[in-house]
Amino acid sequence: MHRVAIVGVAQTKFAAEKIDQNYAELAYEVVDSLFNQLGIGHSDIDNIVTASSDFWDGRTISSMAVQDAVGAWLKSETKVSSDGTLAVLYGMMRILSGSFGTTLVLAHSKSSEGNQTMLGNAVFDPIYQRQLGFDLVAAGAMQARAYLEKYNLTEADLAEVVVKNLGNATYNPNAQRAMSITVEDALKSNLVADPLRELDIAPNSDGACVLLLAREDLVSKFTDKPVWLTGVGHYQDNYYLGDRDLTTSKSLEKAAAKAYSMAGIINPRKELNVVELYDTFSHQELMWSELLGLAERGRGIDLIRSGVTKLGGELPVNPSGGVLGAHAMFVAGLVRVAEAALQLRGEAGAYQVEGASKALAHGTVGPCGQTHCVWILSNEK
Amino acid sequence: MSTPKEKPLYISIKTDLPYAYSAGRPLSRFLVALRDEAKILASRCNQCSYVLVPPRAFCTQCHKLTPELVEVGPRGTLETFSVINFPFIDPFTGLERPVPYGYGIIKLDGCDNLLPHFLDISDHTKLAIGQRVEAVFEEKENRTTALTDIKHFRVLI
Repeated sequence: MHRVAIVGVAQTKFAAEKIDQNYAELAYEVVDSLFNQLGIGHSDIDNIVTASSDFWDGRTISSMAVQDAVGAWLKSETKVSSDGTLAVLYGMMRILSGSFGTTLVLAHSKSSEGNQTMLGNAVFDPIYQRQLGFDLVAAGAMQARAYLEKYNLTEADLAEVVVKNLGNATYNPNAQRAMSITVEDALKSNLVADPLRELDIAPNSDGACVLLLAREDLVSKFTDKPVWLTGVGHYQDNYYLGDRDLTTSKSLEKAAAKAYSMAGIINPRKELNVVELYDTFSHQELMWSELLGLAERGRGIDLIRSGVTKLGGELPVNPSGGVLGAHAMFVAGLVRVAEAALQLRGEAGAYQVEGASKALAHGTVGPCGQTHCVWILSNEK
Repeated sequence: MSTPKEKPLYISIKTDLPYAYSAGRPLSRFLVALRDEAKILASRCNQCSYVLVPPRAFCTQCHKLTPELVEVGPRGTLETFSVINFPFIDPFTGLERPVPYGYGIIKLDGCDNLLPHFLDISDHTKLAIGQRVEAVFEEKENRTTALTDIKHFRVLI
């Protein structure tokens, strides 16, 4: 089977309201940046996979709005209505099918154009959940409560995640929310949905991200610093919240096991050098770390307390600041992959993890992490 | 092109797209039983006996049809909860729901899965995971053939 590599990435700065650009202009910015970086153009792209949502964009077939911007005319463009990590999977599969040599993968989103609470509510079943007014934040809060209670953790433990990630974000020029604060400061932020405070919850962002995938025989045409896709796992859990144990995620455990097995990773805590997680809420960094096998269940907090996952630690988690630093829906997972790739290329600037050669990038979508996609990336083939 | 002086515009469009969502037979019976009898129906799988609320046509555990409906609750145990402090626009009325209000996820007696619903938070001190709770139904004349015919769950002393 052919190997597939990421040969270039580009992203916008993320902001609460990018009124100067519509969807197509956001997409054009990153595609143009990528083309300039690589010295390529429209004719070098064999096919395109995008990630966006009709509801979020307020139009049917949301990718139609960005097709010209990504150079999709007279080419095959297709969309996942889900997180960008799944667009990478789809893009890789299209190359492995033998039909295409390169895939451009793009995700775009503008939180500022719709009502995020109402859109979050529309995620749920119209008959037996929407009427209760649930949204993604309310669901996340109930998960946080159940997780804290089960493992005897406190809001101060969540605040430690906030302090680390918002601190990391101060080094990331693309982050929307970056703060040098203490646990005490974090605990003073507004209680939004008990036990989650404003700073425990990812901000709503506008932005776009793109990457270019290439089949191994074409890689050298684009870059001498390819980042290889060496493992991937994608699983999902039941749709209805009441059908799931919110204190865990079997789908993430399975996705991680699959990705590790494909990449030949036996001890992720020792073998990985950097991790970028999709933590929509502070408690999810702890939960996801545990379910990825980086800590015992309920002990994800020890990774932070002991400094293992801080910038400069043994295994930095979310050195970019993660999703608490910027959260454009469907884009945020693709950004995790892009950030992991930048780390492996030695191009992560002030938050570079020295000598990183193996990275994990994680994406999720759906209330409380219904669907998970885990990627293992390496700068060695 | 020089940078124009005027600010970029927002063009506001309110999209009103009415749908009629088909509830299916088990869920229709569930909603009618809530409205007419103040009873909570669940589906029981005749293959693996798993009991699901709201009832489904097929089992989430063994993927078989689950034609049998059984009564569950109205009491149960609180599995988790949150007190919501941000204003929410009710998708059905378009009105802002008053804050704060409570959500809980409840394991109804006789059920294998959980039911997320409103939680009465008038006595905040009694909210705790593992607390016993009970469904409170809307007055019969106010019921609308909806999940909200259960007004909320209240904490039992």
